[in-house]
Amino acid sequence: MSETTVTPDRPITVEETETAPGFIGVNVPRKEDRRLVQGEGVFVDDVKRHGMAYVHFVRSPYAHAAITRIDVSKATALEGVYGTLIGEEVAAETEPFFQIAPPPAGELKDYALAVGKVRHVGEPVVAVAAATRELARDAADLVEVDYEPLEPIVDMERAAEPSAPQLHDEAPANTIWQGNFDYGDYDAALAEADKVVRIKRLHFHRFSSTPLETSGAVVEYNRGTGQWTIHSNNQFPGFAIIMMGPALKVGMDKLRFVSQDIGGGFGSKICTHVQLVALCLLARKLKRAVNWTEWRTDQHTANSHGNERMFLDVEVPVRSDGTMLGFKARMIDDCGAFTRYEPLGCIIWAQVTPGVYRWRNVRVDFTQVCTNKSPCGPNRGYSRMQHLWFTERVIDIVAHELGLDPVEIRKRNYIRADEMPYETPNGCVYDSGDYERCLDEALKLIDYGSIETRRQDAESRGKLLGVGIGSTLDSGTNNFGQSTIVNPELQFSGNNEVASVKLDIFGEIVVTLGTTPQGQSHETTAAQVVADLLNVSPDDVNVRAGHDSYWNSHAGFSGTYASQFAVTGLGAVKGATEMLREQILKIGAGVLGAGSTDEVELAEGTVRRKDNPEAALPFMACGAIVNANNAVLPLELRDLTLNCRYVYVPPHQLPDTERKYGNLTLTYANQIHACIVEVDPETGVYEIVDYGAVDDCGVRINPQIVEGQVQGATAQSIGAATHETFVYDEDGNLLTPNFYDYHVPHALDMPPLKAAYVESPSPFTPLGAKGMGEGGGAGLSAVAAALQDALRNSGKPIVTSSSNPYHRVWELLQNPEESRQLVEVEER
Amino acid sequence: MIEPIRSQLIAVEVNGERHERDVEVRRLLVHFLRDDLDLTGTHVGCDTGNCGACTVIVDGVAIKSCMMLAVQADGSSIETVEGLAPDGELHPLQQAFSSFHALQCGYCTPGMLMSAKHLLDHNPEPTEAEIRRAIQGNICRCTGYVNIVEAIASAAKGGPT
Repeated sequence: MSETTVTPDRPITVEETETAPGFIGVNVPRKEDRRLVQGEGVFVDDVKRHGMAYVHFVRSPYAHAAITRIDVSKATALEGVYGTLIGEEVAAETEPFFQIAPPPAGELKDYALAVGKVRHVGEPVVAVAAATRELARDAADLVEVDYEPLEPIVDMERAAEPSAPQLHDEAPANTIWQGNFDYGDYDAALAEADKVVRIKRLHFHRFSSTPLETSGAVVEYNRGTGQWTIHSNNQFPGFAIIMMGPALKVGMDKLRFVSQDIGGGFGSKICTHVQLVALCLLARKLKRAVNWTEWRTDQHTANSHGNERMFLDVEVPVRSDGTMLGFKARMIDDCGAFTRYEPLGCIIWAQVTPGVYRWRNVRVDFTQVCTNKSPCGPNRGYSRMQHLWFTERVIDIVAHELGLDPVEIRKRNYIRADEMPYETPNGCVYDSGDYERCLDEALKLIDYGSIETRRQDAESRGKLLGVGIGSTLDSGTNNFGQSTIVNPELQFSGNNEVASVKLDIFGEIVVTLGTTPQGQSHETTAAQVVADLLNVSPDDVNVRAGHDSYWNSHAGFSGTYASQFAVTGLGAVKGATEMLREQILKIGAGVLGAGSTDEVELAEGTVRRKDNPEAALPFMACGAIVNANNAVLPLELRDLTLNCRYVYVPPHQLPDTERKYGNLTLTYANQIHACIVEVDPETGVYEIVDYGAVDDCGVRINPQIVEGQVQGATAQSIGAATHETFVYDEDGNLLTPNFYDYHVPHALDMPPLKAAYVESPSPFTPLGAKGMGEGGGAGLSAVAAALQDALRNSGKPIVTSSSNPYHRVWELLQNPEESRQLVEVEER
Repeated sequence: MIEPIRSQLIAVEVNGERHERDVEVRRLLVHFLRDDLDLTGTHVGCDTGNCGACTVIVDGVAIKSCMMLAVQADGSSIETVEGLAPDGELHPLQQAFSSFHALQCGYCTPGMLMSAKHLLDHNPEPTEAEIRRAIQGNICRCTGYVNIVEAIASAAKGGPT
């Protein structure tokens, strides 16, 4: 792999605090690795308790059915079966989960197990607990459930029709949320246009990043304290606790969340509160610890899919020079059978309303419906990925139809570097970035200059060559105030994250994080920041692995999601370390007889006088004095604890809910990808022969880790573009419920990846860094564009779906007219 | 009616240590290693033999331990990730995986390491294509394989310097 690292124009500036030796920006080896490469990580299924029961869920075989009878007697009669849990018990002992949606859909009832009715294949109906994994499955087979099948809805457009059956009595027309977004002056833009391009329908398909470790938990209940200890791989305990406390009718302190290593999450481990409540009830009922490790098939059928979305009646006013004035569209989002994290996706796309383009006039009619499919939830690039794919499809279809060059039309419409910080039509403030430069770098990576020669070479081999560009904005550090745009009654806003840094009795520097990493290397990057501020090596910094809500180290929004650790997590680490640094300086000044902290400095693991480095107090002595010998300290220094907790709070403000206007995230990292495909016109089989990814996430704390995120996210989007899809039949059966049918990229599937980096520091964040890791979605756009380009002389079909497996390309080749009918150009 | 045998005594050697256990005949080798021997470094990712997180080496052959019954392993010698660094000094593959950032969440890593070890045991100087073929049965959802391939190639050449 070749790599070009682009030196930033502007020097990387870190805030005023001294950061002398400079571990920030260096490829420090990961602290996490030593345990993980030896099989010494502790993942949730590695946790064992004496007499632990294994739980298996009996799941619905129907997409939509009434439950008429449940009989667990044969299962409970089996030796080694500890007990069961059914929906009636859940309904009696818990409240339905809190709903984010406003009424009427906000009244819908979602419980830990199906109550009276099932709404998707795989929905948990009964939980069975037994002495072994195998026995739990045997017993589940003996549970009898009778169903009366109901008509299922699998098509999101059908869901809103008056004749469609209702999933939830509380959600008329199966509508969860509807809102109109109107920014700029769309009517004036339309009147001004020289040409109008109309696209009838674009489709973003259902898939999931499918982490290799499935969801799971080991849950214990203490009858003396009434507290549950939940060892799990949930990646957003703050959200889980908000959902579970009211459901279980307990205060938050009764829910202790513990995790160490998590085997990938990508968002799909946010909404496990549903299963966790069932486990809490079972642990209490059976008076024993319970283990649930999700089967792969269950994760695919019933955990958390990425949202599926339709873009209908799209209209794009364009000037004759290729300047696009905005767009109008009707969007329908399918959240599956239950809401869970939804309808937040109905606003989260608006973080990136115009994408990377200077589009000022936007009108969107956005509706979210429920269907008899797996519930959806955040999935890497959550809700923005769908929308950004749409913006990239729009630009390439317009270019295709008007005969404009895809590079030129982008450069004409990109927001320019000199316009940063840039306020979008809906009030979001893009902090920094240089999209044109990123595009140039991406084109260099794939040697765009030689494209016509390579096209001819491919043709001589009977292949069709195409080139495609894609972009994403990886918006991070959510302003949870955006939730009030979907429901003004909600009392959420801002964001926060916590870190504690202390100097312990033998001088150890110990860091505790509020986050729940799943591979994002938080221990390593936190140590780099601490090392720079205390003038030590990252090897001297002990970062505790994992999360434990008992540590008092978390806040309401703690977790690892939505591209924010480099801002919120490291912002907290920086804040806490600065507090500790100040305290060490004060103790040093006091003990060493310096007049003020200005006369001492931190160096070589000591605090020492600047005028006499021989007069030095080792960190060990500082730690020992404060923790175990503090009577020697003068009274004025006795309030120092060397144990500093800091909560980072970004400077967010409440959005204007009427206008749906405001800055919805703090940072906007960007990615520009370019790829080249070769298509076999006989079969539709294609190969990605060249791929370049350029990422700009501001200051890179650890470039190797950033590069790893870029490569991984790109692999996921190439997988989603080419193979991965959750396909349902008309009865609502998932046809791709395991890794046989749901093909994720293997080592041989991956094209050669080239990567380059531009660093545009964020002016708004503690370290100039931006959250990153979710930017892979550009690959979905780049592949779609490359295929459309490759087929330009084969009937000029339009690529209308994000899912483009070989057979889809073959269909486009066979019947280009079918897609061509979806697009028209009005010349004025 | 003759009752089928439900359990059987087996003897295996795992990372050089001999274990004798009475196991349920339907118990998978991976669950035997994880639940009975407490060797939790070997992971389960897919239940269908696709992902390779459970890869171990049985009598010199890399196999997916979710596709083998524990009783089938009776009498065999098994290597798992826990045996790669017996004295605490990392195996060159483990060191290379760390140096090249070939792991993020680390869940696929034990299986990936065992597939890579099997490759290098039989082909000390593999080409990139041979490396990719050797790990095509191991799914990684985090890395896109770029750094894994580089790490294995580096370990084959004596490891990172």
